[in-house]
Amino acid sequence: MIQFILNNTNLSTALPAGMTLLDFIRYERQLVGTKIGCREGDCGACIILVGQIKNGEIEYHSATSCLMPLGNAHGKHIVTVEGINFPGLSPVQQAMSDEGATQCGFCTPGFVVSLTGFCMQKRNKDVVSAIDGNICRCTGYKSIERATMNIVDLLKDRNENDVIEFAVRKKIIPEYFSSIKKRLTELSLKVNGSGEIDGANSSMFVGGGTDLYVQKHEEMTHSKSQYLSDVPALNSIREEDGQCILGGSVTVTDLIESPLIRKIFPHFLKYSKLVSSTPIRNMATLGGNFVNASPIGDYTVFFLALNAGIRLRDGKKTREIPLRNFYKGYKTLDKLDKEYIEEIYFSLPDDSTLFNFEKVSKRTNLDIASVNSAIKISVKAEKIIIAEISAGGVGPVPMYLKKASEFLTDKNLSEENIDLACSVAGEEISPISDARGAATYKRFLLQQLIKAHFITLFPAMRPEKFQSAYEEY
Amino acid sequence: MKNIDSFTHTKGESVYLDDIPLTAGTLFAAVYDSPVAHGKIISLDLTEAKSSEGVIRIFTYKDIPGENQIGGIIPDEELLAEDHVHFCGMPIALVIAETPEFARAAAKKVKSEIQALHIITDPREAKEKNELIIPPRTFKCGDTNHAWKECEYIFEGRVDSNGQEHLYIETQGAYAVPQENNSIKIFSSTQGPTVVQRCCARVLGYSMNQVEVDVTRLGGGFGGKEDQANAWAALCALGTFHLKRPVKFSLDRMEDMRMTGKRHAYSSDYKIGLDHNLKIIAYEADFYQNAGAAADLSPAVLERTLFHCTNSYFIPNVRATAWSCRTNLPPNTAFRGFGGPQGMFVIESAIARAADELRISATEIQKSNLIKTGQTFPYGQKAESEALECWTKAEELYEIGNLKNEIEKYNKENYLSKKGMALMPICFGISFSKTFMNQARSLVHIYTDGSISISTGAVEMGQGVNTKILQVTAQTFSVSPDRIKISTTNTSRIANTSPSAASATADLNGKATQMACDVLLGRLLQSAAEELNVSAETINLKNELVYVNGIATDLDWKKLVMLTYLKRISLSEHAHYATPEINFDTSIEKGHPFAYHVYGTAIITVTVDCLRGIYEFDSVKVVHDSGSSMNLIVDRGQCEGGIVQGIGWMTMEELIYDKKGKLMSNALSTYKIPDVYSVPKQIQLHFLTGSKNNLAVFRSKAVGEPPLMYGIGAFFALRNAIIAFNPSARPVFSSPMTPEKALMSLYKKKVAITLKIED
Repeated sequence: MIQFILNNTNLSTALPAGMTLLDFIRYERQLVGTKIGCREGDCGACIILVGQIKNGEIEYHSATSCLMPLGNAHGKHIVTVEGINFPGLSPVQQAMSDEGATQCGFCTPGFVVSLTGFCMQKRNKDVVSAIDGNICRCTGYKSIERATMNIVDLLKDRNENDVIEFAVRKKIIPEYFSSIKKRLTELSLKVNGSGEIDGANSSMFVGGGTDLYVQKHEEMTHSKSQYLSDVPALNSIREEDGQCILGGSVTVTDLIESPLIRKIFPHFLKYSKLVSSTPIRNMATLGGNFVNASPIGDYTVFFLALNAGIRLRDGKKTREIPLRNFYKGYKTLDKLDKEYIEEIYFSLPDDSTLFNFEKVSKRTNLDIASVNSAIKISVKAEKIIIAEISAGGVGPVPMYLKKASEFLTDKNLSEENIDLACSVAGEEISPISDARGAATYKRFLLQQLIKAHFITLFPAMRPEKFQSAYEEY
Repeated sequence: MKNIDSFTHTKGESVYLDDIPLTAGTLFAAVYDSPVAHGKIISLDLTEAKSSEGVIRIFTYKDIPGENQIGGIIPDEELLAEDHVHFCGMPIALVIAETPEFARAAAKKVKSEIQALHIITDPREAKEKNELIIPPRTFKCGDTNHAWKECEYIFEGRVDSNGQEHLYIETQGAYAVPQENNSIKIFSSTQGPTVVQRCCARVLGYSMNQVEVDVTRLGGGFGGKEDQANAWAALCALGTFHLKRPVKFSLDRMEDMRMTGKRHAYSSDYKIGLDHNLKIIAYEADFYQNAGAAADLSPAVLERTLFHCTNSYFIPNVRATAWSCRTNLPPNTAFRGFGGPQGMFVIESAIARAADELRISATEIQKSNLIKTGQTFPYGQKAESEALECWTKAEELYEIGNLKNEIEKYNKENYLSKKGMALMPICFGISFSKTFMNQARSLVHIYTDGSISISTGAVEMGQGVNTKILQVTAQTFSVSPDRIKISTTNTSRIANTSPSAASATADLNGKATQMACDVLLGRLLQSAAEELNVSAETINLKNELVYVNGIATDLDWKKLVMLTYLKRISLSEHAHYATPEINFDTSIEKGHPFAYHVYGTAIITVTVDCLRGIYEFDSVKVVHDSGSSMNLIVDRGQCEGGIVQGIGWMTMEELIYDKKGKLMSNALSTYKIPDVYSVPKQIQLHFLTGSKNNLAVFRSKAVGEPPLMYGIGAFFALRNAIIAFNPSARPVFSSPMTPEKALMSLYKKKVAITLKIED
């Protein structure tokens, strides 16, 4: 039985854990304020809030219910637009209404839920990022931006320590939210007890579901899956013996919020903004990104440059392999069906090591890359000690550009050498033409992104000196 | 006044098609659609599908009791394919099952053998092979053949604009419920309830009065649900006809994207001639419209391309010919602008090309050719122009000189980042170009408690038409808006409606409502006069109170309504409005087809990252000819939304069909529309009220479509930024300007030299 709190109701259900939370909400509970726009996490019309206890506090984040298996709601508080309704309008709803931020209205509940979730965040980030997973086809977003300003105003005098109580006092959320922490604690006592993960008896492992449910949501409904998102052992981020160790179920949002990750990658948030949207980042796991084996997996490319290793476990035994050896061919992994990614680890970089991530897609945000690339580089006295470059979208698997990386190692940091490295990279890639661009474009774009790494990391670089791109002019 | 739906919208309580509570016994539909773009059906094997779990019945064209025909303008589109399939996604069989999942699973089990036939995806190839939907049409004025001699400069070239997916967030859908006496009620997500009614009646062999269509609202339409809602309604109706049970079909996103038509892609050739003063003396254009496999609305879209082929400019000698080319793509259809934007993109490209060659700014040509009041469009209508007013107001208000200087300075100081600016004037004719469609009716009931109910032919899809109609009512009666309810759009209450389209919905239905309210008001005032024993001329109604000679009486709205009822005077009125003055003679392609035109000018600036080929729009600054806007919130929303949709069309929205006619950009993951980060950082709007009278409701000019065309300026702003980086670049006139095209244009020569072109 799956047990959770839906709005103000504790419930348990015997429906398949693999069905989407969206279908459960709309068609089993008739809560039709949550809309279906795309069923692939791209439009945000189905956004709900997920509350769970973390470190003794209740935390809410947004999620696209179309990609969330019912099983991942277990033990949590699920909030739909109906769960934040009052007889009148909440201040969030009022702001949307006042600013004309709703036209056809179909996307509106998703925006309202996302923005209400924003009001329940402890550290208020940029308000626009709270709605970066919501698509509106009518308004052109300007009226929605105006509404968000009213909402930010609403929060200006609040104490960060009791965000839920503040939101209840301001009637942003109904009073029942005050009791949720207690109810959820009671519920979690009842539902806890996950033992060893048993790979042998599952047809599939599911993390956040953000790609599985895009690819085959019908098939997932009745699959015998094991849900890894909430396994505590897979959710830690820690430093140990000069290594950073990440659990396989760590989400992108966990990474963004981790002080350790922020210390290692001061620009991590900037990179992450190029990768999916807030609700997807809240759900998508690192292990899932690796196992998905997309040739353009953003975080796969990121960790390839870091020369990360992965620890695979089948329930009994554990083995380790470098991520760079994980991909055997298009969507083919060095992984048995019963294995899942337990941990990801990489060496903490020293002070002379620099890192950069680049991505270009048709739409800058929340889009799949045409080409992405990461670099880890160590330079001393204008000499490249070691360079490690990875790239996605240029072959059947996410690639470590071994030849280009080796070429640069021990070379002087010069525009000429970077030009040459671009040519070397050109020889080891094999992009294809598809909806994300022609092969010729992807080839050229990779060169540009390699240059972008150096221009970004070494401000003394002279872009006009890059021969390959500018010799004609 | 705010959108009257904003209360239920923000609470998630507004009802869309998929939210309608189901009647017990409801069944669900799915279709088996053609996997190939062109072929002869050799055989169809339903055996496995029929035995699939939960399947009730599977229907083919043989089960259609009436006509297997859904073509509106031309009867050339089968509901279910008979012998041939003409596009990928063409419905072949209808599966009815107990759940949507069962229906879809069964549809996947249908097998067909289809003999492949030659596939055409390029309109130019279709034209060469004489695959035309209708004979070509030509608009002419002056004599271009003669005029070329007067031209100092003549330029010719080719322009391509890609199509556009509507991407209404609510997908297409319908729900048919059987009624007694062989009739049927259909809930449909359609912009054209009457079109759906007519189509379903035809398919079932019913008379129109046996089919009732009801529409509460749409989760976006943008033209995509004007004609293309028909098939889904007809399929549900077909299931209901045979099974006597309710049938629902709410398409999933990939079904919707795969099976429905989009904005027409065009390929065009132009020839433009200017004199030494940069006056455009002559213009010729040939438009090859990619109509898809059936007519749908293509002939009407084609016509509007011709109407707007000279945009806001006066050109004395014009010859424009348009070809509606039949290809093996889903039948393309209406989309905000309705062919106008495609025509305007060509003339703007021609001007940009001339400016390139003459090494001047395109604005010099644009400004000196704006149409003036009294000058004539190629189709014979005299302009009541606000073109120059909008342009000069934009120049002053937004200090265009400073903008130019700032951009020049920025471009000097930055090597890998360049800014570009473009001005985009627009001119758009308001009215259906088919004159007969410019009619509407409104049914106004006042109930004995003083509450008011309005029914019109207008469909609310976010454009705010119901809000405007409510305003008309409240203002005419001088009553509180709370007394008024706008009812669903229903073919039993309002018959023979024109679709909610052509930006004219508020004008037509608002005027009809105003007429009905005026009649009722007259009766109420007469009744009050009798009651108070004064003459009707001395009486008026203000804020729900009767005044005599300007002095308040005790007689309020509620009392007056009841009093009038007791006198057995009708409190209901059904009024009919037909736009006056308009006409068009297609035999000479001349007339006065539009009630009025909407003008405007936008200044668009963009910053291009010349290393990565990506870009951000800094601002769009607009002076828009609104007339006297009756609702600034609604009109502003239409402008902002239209601009962003237009920019999307010109930049990131890239429809990709492969050579076999299969849609590759078939989901939101591969077809990108603007998100919150990709819209212009700033959109400034100034509404030019203007002093001229017009035929708009309350003089508030139509606003649905025109702002989309400001977005065309995005292409030219990008182009200018690219040229600032690479002065020898001549980016081709092929929209959208994706990051791919931008990067390749920035470095065009280089790419050709160092990299092998693989495709």
